Parts: sequence; structure tokens; C-alpha cells
Amino acid sequence: MSDIPEGLRYTETHEWIKDLGNGEYMLGLTSHAQDQMGEIVMVESPGILDFNSGDILGTLEAVKTAEDYYAPFDCKIVRINKDLEDEPALINESPYEKGWLIVVKTADPSGFNSLKSAEEYSEFIGE
Amino acid sequence: MDKKTALYDKHINLGARMESFAGYIMPIKYTTVKDEHNTVRSGVGIFDLSHMGEFRVKGKDASKFLDYLLTNDSEVEPGKAYYSTMCYPDGGIVDDLIVYRLSEEEYLIIVNASNIEKDWAWVNNHTPGFCIDLTNESDETALIAIQGPDAEKVAQKLTDENLSGIGYYAHTSGVFADEKALIARTGYTGEDGFEIYTKYEDAAAVWDAVMKAGEEFGIKPIGLGARDTLRLEVGYLLYGNDMDHTTTPIEAKLGWVVKLKTDKEFIGREVMARQKIEKPARYIVGLEVIGKGFPRHGAELFEGNRKVGVVTSGSLAPALGHGVCLAFVEKGFHKKGTQLEAEVRGKRIPVKTVKLPFYKDGSRK
Repeated sequence: MSDIPEGLRYTETHEWIKDLGNGEYMLGLTSHAQDQMGEIVMVESPGILDFNSGDILGTLEAVKTAEDYYAPFDCKIVRINKDLEDEPALINESPYEKGWLIVVKTADPSGFNSLKSAEEYSEFIGE
Repeated sequence: MDKKTALYDKHINLGARMESFAGYIMPIKYTTVKDEHNTVRSGVGIFDLSHMGEFRVKGKDASKFLDYLLTNDSEVEPGKAYYSTMCYPDGGIVDDLIVYRLSEEEYLIIVNASNIEKDWAWVNNHTPGFCIDLTNESDETALIAIQGPDAEKVAQKLTDENLSGIGYYAHTSGVFADEKALIARTGYTGEDGFEIYTKYEDAAAVWDAVMKAGEEFGIKPIGLGARDTLRLEVGYLLYGNDMDHTTTPIEAKLGWVVKLKTDKEFIGREVMARQKIEKPARYIVGLEVIGKGFPRHGAELFEGNRKVGVVTSGSLAPALGHGVCLAFVEKGFHKKGTQLEAEVRGKRIPVKTVKLPFYKDGSRK
């Protein structure tokens, strides 16, 4: 069984989203997805600031495979986890804490509220 | 059903991530590929490579037989080893291998695990007319590699053989960790190191002894994941990725293991001799990624809209911090400094041909 913390929201592309308040949201990769991908060796962060829902934010390169990660709703980049530049494997070691990817800001919270709950994500990945 | 090596239980107890590889269940990594890679570059690591295949060739025609079968020259001194390709008549590569000359009339050939059955059939097909005995000892033989700048210090604690007297691509038969072994200064990492061939049943004792002897040097077990990044960083080709039956040694820039300067007859000679003169239509090259990301096996290479090649191996080079790959490119695009683009998931990333090896500071003797 994967670790799927309650209180976070989830996408079908395996990002978790945490409401930080003030319209800011933290985004990362779920434990299930990091386990499927294997050791992450390089993180490509967003190169611009503004994204529409579904846009590719960046890319995660693992030893054997690479996956893009996506904007869960229209948003603007606020912060990027710089620690991942030197230690991309933090995503594997601590997917919900030290391995967070970015913090975004959105004017419209409805996008967040329509994402999957922990229970729905668990069902989605078949656990 | 995958085979287990003699060291399977060791890997499980060490918490390795085990995966199916070439018919064996093998350790891919114990901690992280990056950490294991760096351990071998800066200290010492131990590998279980018992999946590799071992064929023994013995008899008065052993040297003659290998000269016919393999592209490189069998006439090295006993106690020395050589790297070679084995080819089809059309020049395509059956396998690449290491040959240890044990005595005047006895050799041990080390083949890729994924090719054991194919190679064994191929080698046996060519024995008529030669006075030799062939044995496939793959299942009875274990292989433990000790690799890294501190490898000699660790290995010397376990044998009375004078290891500093054994040069690169040389070997000796002796006692290692109280067991009979072939001790060879060979490897696939670009670092100094030894490959220890033992009986299957002696492998666990040798593994434990190496781990204990290496403790003071911070020895760590290394999985096949780091083995791949280590070999790629120094530009070593991998059969099945960078070369196969559709590739000739000349195209793979392995002309140095093809004995065209001798007058010896060997399988594939005619094609290779012609190719050497006419120059092949494509070459394998090293590519360095400019910027982030890296292309992987199968990624296409372009100059403008023209497809000029394909990536055969690609990874992040842990010791260098950027992406590197091996690729086949059309003649004319293989020169050092040529700028190309690799297509990665619909995007183009710039790459540049560079001289191999990518990583130049290895401790290899």
C-alpha cells in the first residue's frame, strides 16, 4: 500500500497538492508515482511563471524513465524547491515533505477543490 | 523462471532492489544509483556479476580456434587477457567478450549473460576440424568484482599473490579469501579493480571476506544500475544497447580489436576489411548534452529537419552532472564538436559530439 496522506488533493497524473492558505498551493509527486518511476536523477523546473491547467510544468528524469508533471489548474509559480537541484532523490526519500516540487498561486480555488481526495486517488491507482 | 546467483541471499539481506535481468534475478541497487556510482569513483565497491557466462576452451588448437572465431588476436601471453568481438560472416556482432589466456593451450571466455545460450550454440557450431575441448561453466562459476581506486588495498588483504605485479588486463590463478580463484585486473567501470572468478559454492565466503576487508575503506555493494552509469561515463559499449547483430566492430569503433593487420583468417574478415577501406556509413560517437535532461536509447538525432542518427545509451553522468549518450550517427556527423539535436518527448535538446571517455579521471591502471 502506498502512502496517501489525508487532507491533500491528488491528480490523475500523480501530483499531490496541499493548500497552504492565502491562495498558495504546494505541489509534489505522490509516493506511488515515485515508487513506480524509481530513482529520480534530475528535475527540470518550470522555465516561465504562468500556466494554464494541464500545461507541462517540468520533467522528472529517473534512471529508467522520464515523466512530465502538470499544472493542476491555472496558476502562477511562486517558489521552486532548489534542494532538488543537488538532491533530486529527495522526491523518492520524502515525497510529501522534503521532496516537494513547487508552490503555485491561483486566484480561483475551485480548481483545487475539484481534485481527487486521498480516498479517490487510492481507488484511482487501484489500491 | 529467473535463475538466482550464489549471492542471492546476500542481496536480499542487504535490502537490494531485485529485478529480472538476462534470465537472472539481480540486484539493481542497494541504496541509490548515484551514491553507489560515487562510491566506485572515489573509494571501492563490490559487485555480484555471477550472471556473466564462462566458457573454457582447452586443447592443442585452442589458440587457432579462437583466432578463427574471434576478431582479436589470441596470441597474448599466458597470464594476459584481451577484449574481442565475435562476429557473423556479415560482420554483425554475435557478442563482445573478454578472453583470459590461462596457459599455452587453455583460455577462459567471459560472455554477456543475455547471450550465453546463443554464444554457446555459435561457438559449438565451429568446432569441427579443431582439436579442442569446450565446456560451459556458467552455472558453476561465480564472479565478484571489486572496483574503485581502493580496490587493490582491499583485495591485497585477501591473497598472498602480489597484486601490484598484475597489470591491467592481466590475471593469475591463486587463493583468494581462502578459496581457489582466478584473480584478474579487469573491469567495466573505468576504475582500477579486480574481477574474482570462483566456484559457485565458494562465492558467499568470498563476498563476506571482501565486505569485511573493505570495511575500513567504506566498501559498499553496487547494483547493476550504477554498473550501467559507470560504464557509460567512460564510453564502454553495452551489447544489446550500443551494438548487436546489425552492427559491425568497425562501425562501433572497435576496429582496434579486429586483427586486420595479421594474415589470420577469421569469421567476418572480408566484410570488415572492405568496410575499413570504404569507411562505414555510420559511426558510434559520444554525445554530451548541452543544458538539462538527457536522451535515452532510441531517441532520434537531427540536424535541422534531417534525421542523422539514433541514441543507443543515454543517462545522466553522475560524476559530471550532465547528460551523456552513445549514439550512431551518419558519416560526416561523427566529427568532434558537431552540434545536433536529440528529440526527447517531442522536444529538441542540443547535444554535441565529444571525445570518449566522457569521464577522464578514472583510476584504471
